[in-house]
Amino acid sequence: MARTDTFRIGTGAGFSADRLDPAVDLVERGGLDAIVFECLGERTLAFAYRDRAADPNYGYTPLLERRMRAILPAAIANRVRIVTNMGAANAPRAAKITRDIARQLGLTGIHIAYVEGDDVSQGVGPDTPLWEGMTVREVGRGFIGAHAYLGADALMPALEADAQVIITGRVADPSLFVAPLRHHFGWSGDDWQSLGAGTVVGHLMECAGQITGGYFADPGCKDVDGLARLGFPIAEVQPDGRACITKLDGTGGIVDERTVKEQLLYEVHDPSRYITPDVCADFTSVRIETLARDRIGISGAGGTAAPDSYKLTVAFDGGYLAEAGVSYAGPAAQARAELAGRIVEERMHTVHASNSPLRVDIIGAASLHATTRRYHDEAEDVRLHCVQRVTTAEQAESLLWEVESLLCCGPAGGGGYRGSITPSVVTHSASMARENVTARTEIICV
Amino acid sequence: MSRLVLLREIAHARSGDKGNCSNVCVFVYDSNHYVVVAEQLTAEYLKRNFGALLTGEITRYELPRLNGFNFVMQNALEGGVNESLNLDGHGKSWSSLILGLEIEICIFEGTV
Repeated sequence: MARTDTFRIGTGAGFSADRLDPAVDLVERGGLDAIVFECLGERTLAFAYRDRAADPNYGYTPLLERRMRAILPAAIANRVRIVTNMGAANAPRAAKITRDIARQLGLTGIHIAYVEGDDVSQGVGPDTPLWEGMTVREVGRGFIGAHAYLGADALMPALEADAQVIITGRVADPSLFVAPLRHHFGWSGDDWQSLGAGTVVGHLMECAGQITGGYFADPGCKDVDGLARLGFPIAEVQPDGRACITKLDGTGGIVDERTVKEQLLYEVHDPSRYITPDVCADFTSVRIETLARDRIGISGAGGTAAPDSYKLTVAFDGGYLAEAGVSYAGPAAQARAELAGRIVEERMHTVHASNSPLRVDIIGAASLHATTRRYHDEAEDVRLHCVQRVTTAEQAESLLWEVESLLCCGPAGGGGYRGSITPSVVTHSASMARENVTARTEIICV
Repeated sequence: MSRLVLLREIAHARSGDKGNCSNVCVFVYDSNHYVVVAEQLTAEYLKRNFGALLTGEITRYELPRLNGFNFVMQNALEGGVNESLNLDGHGKSWSSLILGLEIEICIFEGTV
């Protein structure tokens, strides 16, 4: 039955390493109906597939235990439904761990649902075409797995069963918000207007603190107080999808028209066609207005029919990323760092026969995309940073070894060596017809 | 009369990424600056300043209702976060680099 009251939904995490204390604050005193933890980045799931392949007990978000232990008591006491994609590649295991934590905390009578079906690795073969124009085979790398971005549909059975905790793998980020809204207000699956409005709310909320003053401060132009105690957002949503974005009193950060506008277009391409599994939303008609301090009204979003296929992310073995650095200071520091970089380049060719591209940045003089501009002053406190993507761990160790050996064999005054080797994945996109993707829901009880 | 200002003085911006594509949204603080920014902050202007990296197509979407623009820059991330050797594989720094570009604005009596 359609409801007419306001639905209060918060965001407890906008990425896997997000802070925990703002989420605890939200479930304790936010008066929320639901809280969403979005913890799966574009590549995170591929790593989870690898973890699961190595040990079937793993493959869920690493911080799952710590988040659940901190959140569950207040969430259950205050009847705040938890919706999260922390299941990653192993939602069943994540649900069982959550059940065990609930038991340890003395909580009972809780229904924990998990949703599967996003792992479509079995349906992807060597001839599957990728959006980038080639086939899976033509990528020429080891296939790790493929997952579909499920929509709000996939969460409806768990919501209808009134599960207090819903754990998924890959679901389109806004859909994690659209699902509880759709369930609460009784929106039908082809109510494009409401789903478009709900998708705007989900899109604005999905990165947590990025709408409350995080990823925003620019001293002198955009000052933000209290970033060390940044509050996470709350959306107060009306039955037609209009919403007010706000945060808890006493928390740091700011919600204003600037933070909302920046987040509205964050990672958006054509603002008139923001495509999710639920709807094709139109952001160009959105109205943003200040209702009060830290209270911004959102209305006017449009929507048209959802696409008839799911987007897939197809993951491949990317080898290893090797990074290593040494610092130089004082007169001619930049020249010594540049000399050190040339030495590493020469030895990677002559001693290690390495053909992989080697990037050398002089941090303090030019790094990041700033290398596209010229800076005229010679820096006197710089760091050589060498990075290479290679196939084997041994090749990665060679780069670290060469940079470390600069300490005795390189230019004068080099110190502070650090090196790291990170396993890497490469991802591409593909499509899969809706009928070839089937979401499944299981419910376990505490 | 006119003067050169950094875009940062009259606008704010945020960068995001999808694969090897970067998007930067730019919003002017004062709607009076929308037209002058629309005239000068073009795809060509970005390519002129960052030509070494912005080798792909750049599409600019205009959002007059929000006093904003969305720049979608293909192949702007040296392969993207999966493949780039750039420390900033997400291209988070693009918003600040674009805010460092110069815009020529008119100065009317009584305004700065």
